[in-house]
Amino acid sequence: MKRTAGFYGRLLFVLLVCAFMLVPVLMSLLAGLTRNYFQGVVASGLTLGWLLQVWAAYADTVWLSLRLAVACAVGVVMIGVPAAYALVRMNNRFSRAFEELMVLPVAMPGLASALALLLTYGQYGAFRGSWLFILVGHVIFTLPFLVRPVMAVMQRQHLPVLEEAAASLGAGPLQRFFTVVVPNSRAGILAGVLMVVTLSLGEFNLTWMLHTPMTKTLPVGLADSYASARLEVASAYTVIFLLLIVPLLIALQAINHHLARGDRP
Amino acid sequence: MTGTAIRLEGCRKTFDNGTVALHSLDLHIHPGETLAILGPSGCGKTTTLRLIAGLEHPDSGRVLFGEQDVTALPIERRDVGMVFQNYALFPNLDVAGNIAYGLKIRGMPKAERTARCAELLALVGLQDHGRRAVHELSGGQRQRVALARALAPRPRVLLLDEPLAALDAQLRERLRSELDQLLRHLGITAVFVTHDQGEAMALGHRILVMEHGRAAQLASPQALYQQPANAFVAGFVGNLNVFPVLARSPCGVKVPGGDLPWSTADFPDTLYCRPEHVRIADGNGHLHGHLLAQFFQGAHSRLLVDVGGAQPLLVDCDEFGRHGIGDTLALSIAPRHLFCLQGRGTRSEVSP
Repeated sequence: MKRTAGFYGRLLFVLLVCAFMLVPVLMSLLAGLTRNYFQGVVASGLTLGWLLQVWAAYADTVWLSLRLAVACAVGVVMIGVPAAYALVRMNNRFSRAFEELMVLPVAMPGLASALALLLTYGQYGAFRGSWLFILVGHVIFTLPFLVRPVMAVMQRQHLPVLEEAAASLGAGPLQRFFTVVVPNSRAGILAGVLMVVTLSLGEFNLTWMLHTPMTKTLPVGLADSYASARLEVASAYTVIFLLLIVPLLIALQAINHHLARGDRP
Repeated sequence: MTGTAIRLEGCRKTFDNGTVALHSLDLHIHPGETLAILGPSGCGKTTTLRLIAGLEHPDSGRVLFGEQDVTALPIERRDVGMVFQNYALFPNLDVAGNIAYGLKIRGMPKAERTARCAELLALVGLQDHGRRAVHELSGGQRQRVALARALAPRPRVLLLDEPLAALDAQLRERLRSELDQLLRHLGITAVFVTHDQGEAMALGHRILVMEHGRAAQLASPQALYQQPANAFVAGFVGNLNVFPVLARSPCGVKVPGGDLPWSTADFPDTLYCRPEHVRIADGNGHLHGHLLAQFFQGAHSRLLVDVGGAQPLLVDCDEFGRHGIGDTLALSIAPRHLFCLQGRGTRSEVSP
């Protein structure tokens, strides 16, 4: 087949768009591995030194971020799965309004939500100073990202009939929830959890307002290093962040693909 | 598993939107009996089943299993087995997991559970399918798994909601006879809902025909067909020819298309007869009309004859193709096959 000029024109356009989005990421990765960015890669050569330096200085932010992400996922599952179930079951004007309300912290600037939290709970010193304060912010912010996919799966699975079947076999309400509702929503729960972990790891707005010097997360540390340290250090920090987040994104994509094909007939 | 009697006493059910689903239903189901609840959609048959199951609760009235009043018990404490219309198998469990679910909920030890599960797989002929995923099964296999799952915990009564409706015609026929054998073998009290009169006739010891939330008639399949309580039952169970009576005539009554031999003293508005009781006469018949259409149906053929009434007359006979469309046919009906239906629940017998 003979390709026309139009085809090559479109190809060029696509490649340009890709380059526009990817080159900054690659530049950042490269900067993190370059001995001296101002002399250039060729003149100064590559090194892992910056990565080690970042790890030495900021390892605790990485651990805090991971701990926050895991705790956030656990918290969101414990609140979000029963909430999604209740919303699916009710399915009336009130439940739809509540669903909209839940998305509010996502639509609102993170700074505003954080300010609201500070105004309400700021005076409880011990709580204010602990990482749990940031956790509350993350849970509020990420909740809809779990509730939405879980609701979508629940609505598709004919849960009311499955629950009636379980009840006819002797299962009480709690048994039905754990043996029928949860297992048959697991694809949605998994997708939601990965989304929540990803969002929690990268969250900056809220966290920046809520953190203390003792509770710095990875993105907050990243901002610090951009502001105060060498460009190579900040870039090496980005490399570490990408190492954490990219596998999660790939897993998320795989699960979404699985969901889109439809679980089971 | 021996049968438990089921009694509904004055059960009434109104839905939230104000629709009355059931008007004070009384029903007594014998131990070990298979009862079919038959009717068009919206007649209250599913509501009746769900009342027995405990998935709905009556506004007033009582539900009794044997001597026990179960009206207030939720379904999980009624000890019923239920087969749902689309089977509602748990997609997260395999076949054996589905069958063992009720046993596990009751806390049966694993070894016993496995043995009981194998017993039921054998009962429904799926010995080698225990580890299969539900979505790998055909419609007929799902139906059997649903049945095995419902029977596994040895329920007091078995309830089936349109158990064969989701299957294609041929499979439905086969599973119907399998289900029939199984129910007779187990001797369990079974109630099933259907809109298919053939299914109700084949499986039910007795049939409850329902109309607009009321019991229209409760009788054996034969009685229902031969002595329908009213025109609704007669029309729903089998086909029916309707003759509006125009006037008395010297040898009976005058109807569109001719005279019918009606010698009883009373004078009904309408007479009825079944399509298989109308004969094509060689000479003089009671009625005359033109052949409109004929359908070959295997063992017999159905002819549609225009006798000048509102509806063409249905005639079931084995004379396909002997007459051409538009031919004039003479039809006769033996007097004993004519009947009239007067109001709800009464039927006047016809003397020849």
